[in-house]
Amino acid sequence: MSELRELYQETILDHYRRPRNAGRLADANRVAEGYNPLCGDRIKLFLKVDDGVIRDARFEGNGCAIATASASLMTESIKGKRADEALRLLEQVHHMVAGGGSGGGVGKLQVLSGVHEFPQRVKCATLAWHTMKAALENVAVPVTTE
Amino acid sequence: MSLTNKLFHYDDLQAQFWRTDFPLLKSRVHDKPLIYLDNAATTQKPLAVIEAERNYYLYTNANVHRGIHSLSLQATEAYEHARTTAQHLLNAASSSEIIFVRGTTEAINLVAQSYGRSRLHSGDEIILSQMEHHSNIVPWQMLCQQTGATLRIIPVNDDGELRMEVFAGLLNEHTRLVAVTHVSNSLGTINPVAEIVAQAHRHGVPVLLDGAQAVAHLPVDVQALDCDFYAFSGHKLYGPTGIGVLYGKAALLEAMPPYQGGGDMIRSVSFAETTFNSLPYRFEAGTPNIAGAIGLGVAIDYLNNFDWEELLAHEQSLLTYAMQAMSDIPGLRIIGNAREKICILSFVLEGMHPHDVGTILDGEGVAIRTGHHCNMPLMERFGVPATARASFALYNSRHDVDVLVSAIQHAQEVFKQ
Repeated sequence: MSELRELYQETILDHYRRPRNAGRLADANRVAEGYNPLCGDRIKLFLKVDDGVIRDARFEGNGCAIATASASLMTESIKGKRADEALRLLEQVHHMVAGGGSGGGVGKLQVLSGVHEFPQRVKCATLAWHTMKAALENVAVPVTTE
Repeated sequence: MSLTNKLFHYDDLQAQFWRTDFPLLKSRVHDKPLIYLDNAATTQKPLAVIEAERNYYLYTNANVHRGIHSLSLQATEAYEHARTTAQHLLNAASSSEIIFVRGTTEAINLVAQSYGRSRLHSGDEIILSQMEHHSNIVPWQMLCQQTGATLRIIPVNDDGELRMEVFAGLLNEHTRLVAVTHVSNSLGTINPVAEIVAQAHRHGVPVLLDGAQAVAHLPVDVQALDCDFYAFSGHKLYGPTGIGVLYGKAALLEAMPPYQGGGDMIRSVSFAETTFNSLPYRFEAGTPNIAGAIGLGVAIDYLNNFDWEELLAHEQSLLTYAMQAMSDIPGLRIIGNAREKICILSFVLEGMHPHDVGTILDGEGVAIRTGHHCNMPLMERFGVPATARASFALYNSRHDVDVLVSAIQHAQEVFKQ
């Protein structure tokens, strides 16, 4: 199944095995949790936001390859971005994995596009992103994408 | 794989033959033959069951227990015949002890809200086990909130067996009910339910058994077990969804207040007073799932065509074969190694999340369940957020195990790339 190879690309597996920005962020000023109880995917996201710019991002949690790689890739790509830019990126990623959009402008996040062929896995790929939105909007309750 | 595994197996050929009774098993998934190993979630249906529901709507459809017309009489006879069939499956003393419900979940809620709510008070205790399905936890938690009763939990050992020595200590003068599963849906463990009932009865405590995972795989005799309530769902017994059975001892059911009010459960109604119908109708308010009950009856008839000894031997031999084949896979850990178990294998793979395993297996045509299996407290007990679960039924064969094993090896290769 070539769709499977598309889904589990080397980059995805690499970020699953060695997640970037894993761990807590001591000076975080925005924290949110994401939890998909049916899957068991769980993420806690720490952001340091100054003057509307995401200066640092780290996460901890437990999840499948797609959820973990998506969180890892996300923390890499939102660092240095303004909050509104990060939220626009969320829209583009969501459009790509859920709607089958081209993913133009998302850069290396394009590796997540294979998720589109697996509708039951969209919730895994988007959990970290919705958690970021919750962090930026100071939502206190855990978010879910199930 | 040893040579003997490839040799002729009588029961395997039997299973391949039985498989032809189930039309859906001819399906292909991602252009591969379907290997259906999610039977603990729901079983496939034999053609006879599908035709029974269809024929009911084609030739017999009418409401039951009401009409004077011929069709209504036929529908009532078919519905009540299904009740008798269910009675014989469980070896209940009387058909009036068989209440049709939507499924195991509704059966347990009925007992919690009717029996439990009318009898339990603050300070009372209900004993459950750590391996219960959420449907045998949440109704009791709701009852505890309503009455002030509390839950006591029988723990599970590392092999996935109930710690009976702890159970003995939990029973006391505050215990009002024991509710445990006959067979664990994620571990496959067959619990020593006769012993549980005997111990509880020595304290005068009634016992509810959740038979959802048991009825399709073990003969059940409620009189021999002497349990007070027994619940199961039709769809895990090769029958339709939306129909199940609550068995209750007549003396207990007689003393219980109604669960839901409505038509069929009454004898007479005035605005001043309503008198309730006799058993089992008192607990069947509203038009029941007539087609479902008839389908369930036919599913039980289908199962009755088998010799239990042959069926048990087949599923146990499949379990032995699967446990061996799975244990040989490096990095695979089986959760649930009870001495007495049915053919359910929960497992985790090193370095892989169960959901990724499930997706890759699906690509190979292999349908398994991944997740917490509505057993979150049990998952916590074993320190895993989720497992992958392969659960077998009478139509599964060693060939299915072989395909499962290659699919798992394929998943490991994908993750090694």
